[in-house]
Amino acid sequence: MYGGGYLFEKTNTAELLDEDQDKLEVFEERIARGEKIEPHDWMPKLYRKQLIRMIEQHAHSEIIGALPEGTWITRAPGFKRKLGLMAKVQDEVGHAQLLYSAAETLGKSREQMIDDLINGRSKYSNIFNYPAYTWADSAFISWLVDAGAIVNQVANSKGSYGPYCRALERICIEESFHLKFGHHCVTYLATGTPAQKQMMQEALNRWWAPMLQFFGPPDKESAHSEILIRWKVKMLSNDDTRQQWLDMYVPKVWELGLTIPDDKLHKDETTGKWIYSEPDWEEFKRVINGDGPCNEERLNVRRTAEKRGEWVRKAVLARTKNDEYVTPLA
Amino acid sequence: METLDPRLKRLDLLTEGESHKEKLDQLPTYEVFVQVKEPRAYRHEGCVHATSREMALIFAKEQFSRRGMCSGIWVVDTRDVMVTDYSENELDIYDKISGSDTAGNTEYTIFHMIKRGTQHKCDGVVMADSPEAALQVAKNRIERKKAVLNAWVVESAKILKTSVEDRSMWETTPKKLFREAIDYKTQEKLNEFKSKQS
Repeated sequence: MYGGGYLFEKTNTAELLDEDQDKLEVFEERIARGEKIEPHDWMPKLYRKQLIRMIEQHAHSEIIGALPEGTWITRAPGFKRKLGLMAKVQDEVGHAQLLYSAAETLGKSREQMIDDLINGRSKYSNIFNYPAYTWADSAFISWLVDAGAIVNQVANSKGSYGPYCRALERICIEESFHLKFGHHCVTYLATGTPAQKQMMQEALNRWWAPMLQFFGPPDKESAHSEILIRWKVKMLSNDDTRQQWLDMYVPKVWELGLTIPDDKLHKDETTGKWIYSEPDWEEFKRVINGDGPCNEERLNVRRTAEKRGEWVRKAVLARTKNDEYVTPLA
Repeated sequence: METLDPRLKRLDLLTEGESHKEKLDQLPTYEVFVQVKEPRAYRHEGCVHATSREMALIFAKEQFSRRGMCSGIWVVDTRDVMVTDYSENELDIYDKISGSDTAGNTEYTIFHMIKRGTQHKCDGVVMADSPEAALQVAKNRIERKKAVLNAWVVESAKILKTSVEDRSMWETTPKKLFREAIDYKTQEKLNEFKSKQS
């Protein structure tokens, strides 16, 4: 689950002038032909840097995203829900492993990525800095946050970097279960007793704004250089992804008799675009830079897990020959 | 609203201090190959971090065969894989390999990638005395329908393979329907809800 690709470093295309122009041309032609780039191929430093950043943030989002849902496993209503949620959370952690490996093929070690995460130097999907107070919050995440991630991941799986595309294809297959599981949970709440329905409505009210923010700032404010699109690092703009998600899921939310907390929300029949009230983008910036309701807690949980697992890693490593870092193959 | 998160209530989280990961504490990597069913070729699926082949196999089983059928898994230490250069599409990597085709006494397993974006697949074994010699032998003795873009060579003995008896570990997989989208049908519930509304 991830909103993917709205947090790039500023691209300084001047860096490209230092690259070998012949190799750059071959590289760009390869992408234009629709061929994938593989780990051993020559690639511009800027491409490598932005891909590492994107894949790493995606991996962190899977790990951190497993926290708000993971904490609901013990309290999930009934055995079947526990099994389903456990399977989903396991998938998310598995996705993180796949993604960390894909990023590793570009030359950044997993140790360094985790170090950057637990010390607050990396970003992850902003939505997970909000709390899951009730079971309905967890259901919202399973269905609609994952739905948003799928729109992004399906697009990105057509991108240019081979290992990332392969990881995403595997991830997308598993996400189809998440989506159905989440929809099942939300449907049973929304069509259940008045108290269940109210719980679902309140969760929707809490998550609506973070959900719109999930896709990143409006295109007019997020100056992504076209180069990321040309290199097929970024496959869809933030607004396009948001529109696709609205188009697919707003009708499904309405169908359940739930009310979306935005009076302006409607589809403009002439343009085919959804009109909505902009969420608070100042809040988005504030939260993503560390000042959200759960930022500190999420990293503390991660740091605690790292710290408390340290002796296990030390114990197993004592019997292993491991004196140099080896990059995985593909 | 107050959080009832049991993790926050009981875990006694560390809230202070920096934490730094030590170099190489994430364990070495092992490459994983999966056979979906016989007689299909073993295909590279990714890697796992582990301290031994045995541990790698357990992680690989969980990571790459949680759902769906699978008839076998191979794991090999990343350091035991010899990787050739990548050629341009349409150009066979074997065209760059010359030298005499001398068979030897050690078995090597050969994996080929035939298109960018696709995974490496096992294309057979050859007998040779070194990984380099194995490529020379493979050039003439492994039948190839398409140009090979990249090859991996592994001494077969270095691969830990599941056995036929091990297959029982996947026997319960089809019963774990709670992992499958098909087990979460909502249409009936929705129709019932809608008919009450109208």
